[in-house]
Amino acid sequence: MLNFVENRRIYFIITGLLILLSATVLVVSTVMYGSPLRISIDFTGGSLFVLQFEEPITEEAIREVFAAQGHTGAIIQQLGDSKDNLWQARTRAAVATEVENVFDEFVSRGETVDRERSSVDIVAPTVGAEVASNAAVAVLAASLVILVFIWFSFRGVPHSIRYGIASIIAMLVNVIVAIGFYALMGILQGWEANALFLTALLTVIGFSVQDIIVVFDRVRENISRHHGETFALIVNRSVMETVHRSLATQLNAMFIMIAILLFGGATIKPFIAVMLVGMLSETFTSLFVAAPILVVWDERSSHRQHAHG
Amino acid sequence: MNKNTLTALIAILLLTLVSLYLILPIEHPAMVTNLLFWRPAGSRSLDFRQGLDLRGGLQVLMAADMPADQELPSGAMKTASQIVENRVNALGLTEPIVQVRGQRKLNVELPGINDPGAAIDTIRETALLEFVEPPAGAAQQLTTGATVSTTFGLEESAELTATAEGLFKTVMTGAALKDVAPGMDQQTGQWLVNFKLTADQTDFFGEYTRSHIGQLLCIVLDKQILSCPQIQGAIPNGQGSISGKFSSADAQSLALQLRYGSLPIPLKIESYETIGPSLGADSVEKSLRAGIIGLSVVFLFMLIYYRLNGLAADLALALYVLLNLLLYKLIPVTMTLPGIAGFLLSTGMAVDANILVFERMKEELRRGRSLHRAIEAGFARAWTSVRDSNLATLLTCAVLWFFGDAFAASLVKGFAITLAIGTLVNVFTAIFVTRTFVRVAFHLFGEKALEKPWLLGI
Repeated sequence: MLNFVENRRIYFIITGLLILLSATVLVVSTVMYGSPLRISIDFTGGSLFVLQFEEPITEEAIREVFAAQGHTGAIIQQLGDSKDNLWQARTRAAVATEVENVFDEFVSRGETVDRERSSVDIVAPTVGAEVASNAAVAVLAASLVILVFIWFSFRGVPHSIRYGIASIIAMLVNVIVAIGFYALMGILQGWEANALFLTALLTVIGFSVQDIIVVFDRVRENISRHHGETFALIVNRSVMETVHRSLATQLNAMFIMIAILLFGGATIKPFIAVMLVGMLSETFTSLFVAAPILVVWDERSSHRQHAHG
Repeated sequence: MNKNTLTALIAILLLTLVSLYLILPIEHPAMVTNLLFWRPAGSRSLDFRQGLDLRGGLQVLMAADMPADQELPSGAMKTASQIVENRVNALGLTEPIVQVRGQRKLNVELPGINDPGAAIDTIRETALLEFVEPPAGAAQQLTTGATVSTTFGLEESAELTATAEGLFKTVMTGAALKDVAPGMDQQTGQWLVNFKLTADQTDFFGEYTRSHIGQLLCIVLDKQILSCPQIQGAIPNGQGSISGKFSSADAQSLALQLRYGSLPIPLKIESYETIGPSLGADSVEKSLRAGIIGLSVVFLFMLIYYRLNGLAADLALALYVLLNLLLYKLIPVTMTLPGIAGFLLSTGMAVDANILVFERMKEELRRGRSLHRAIEAGFARAWTSVRDSNLATLLTCAVLWFFGDAFAASLVKGFAITLAIGTLVNVFTAIFVTRTFVRVAFHLFGEKALEKPWLLGI
């Protein structure tokens, strides 16, 4: 039998390295861009161009003009009927000279933009900064509720609060790893944290606890079934017995995510990728972090008891 | 077959047929929509609500309705934007965009609007509630519905000459209200809106009413008179009610508007346009196709890995998809691309409960149990895991929902609703439906026929 619990040092070191790596990336990103994640215009606000053309124009053509002026990732939408030739583009905040450059770029490409009937306004964020901080508070509140829930649900076994705390630690590790990954991709690929990213993080949190509870539920069952065995042995047995299920479930979620990553639209790939990383982290932490924490805690406290007794 | 199993099977088949019928993109007879949405009858269509990113919607540009040279109170536009967003959210639209544009404009984008007129009416109901003192000699024009000019938003100096010019002097605005609820006048049986004032305003209003006994105080909503009651005596406790020949629906909608805040400044609709999807149609189509590929792999995997059980799980999974889509239509949930991706992912996760059960069955069989007992033990033993893990997810949803609600983060709220629906449906299909299918198969073919390792994937 593979001994997961015996190898826990290795898993804790891997976890520590992952956290350290994430923290490093966040610091690097802060130094480079002034914030741990590159923030999208959902949160920062920016400029709203309303563009009146005289001749029909395609979305791609507009996108190219903005990209040529350094505004990649502009959100471009048509307004009114297609015969109105009226378009709207959301971009990062553009100063007056940048705005003029965009209009010049249209002209130099032979597009008939009507400067008089077009407008540019500064717009406030669509997702306020307070939404992000409220989401963070919501995550902490959810953690507390889950802690209490697991504590209550496992009240039949000794030290049930440990199960709750171990779950929360594992969940927070998943969140940190997912954020670190996104920050890294922000540096490498220019991924920006937007409302989708927030949704992906919430998904990781929502599913995180499921994996952990399945493992802990087996520990709970095995405690009553295998009296006399050491706690470490019981936990190891429980991890072994649930590893099949964890992998099978993981595989199914991965089928969907990899299919969307390979064949899906470009706009949601970062969203799917961060969920995929979160899910992988979840499988790892539920088996190799949450369960070993229980064992370490148990051994520490029984050592202490022996020392006193 | 056990009678309960048979009943369950019939119920499942009926449910499948009904959901399939309601989901199909066909014209449903008026009778069906009248039956489903009876309040008022046929008030909604059985279409999926699609978000701004998928289908676009309606863009409404609102502007502060005040003289251009007059400065707005600081933060007024931001507050107005939050109030408009609250109101839009309260109407069941998820993930709208409400943002301050420039100095005195609001950009509102509403997803999935078929009837621009109705939508504009909704946000136009700006609910600027004022308590005003009528000018001397204006008694004859104090009829319900009459439009009046008030001093609200005017310079201090204008206030002094207010009564002389026939202006109504604004005593207090809706910002002073704390609790608002619809109610009924016990004596006349008329609908009214009860309110309670904030602590500061209670003192002010108590003082005001004490010094103006016998005078009229008009309640004006968006510059239209609702009623002009006479001040009978001092109102020290800050409680009162607004009457105005309301229907129950009027009273409720007014209470809703007032509860979600009264605008600090009046807004007018400057223009409105339809707006195209923010994600290209191409992107959406590709992602959907990709999701279906992924889903097919999940179906195949379950079938190959768990064989007969896998077939039962696949059927249950198909029902899971149907029921989710049905609930999205009925509630309704606005479909966005991330929402769809999340749903597809949840479908991949939905087999988790099945996997838990099937792995458990295999374990029981390896321990030498009979097939019949292994099946029942599989479902019974896996239940605590399934129950606790899904309860934890539901609790997470509840917390996120309350936070989303309290802080007007419709994004978080929409996510919580979708995940909660998926979780509930999942427990139903993965346990109840799959178990019924497995039992039926067991009954149809008998224990002997099924006790073949290749059929159970052991």
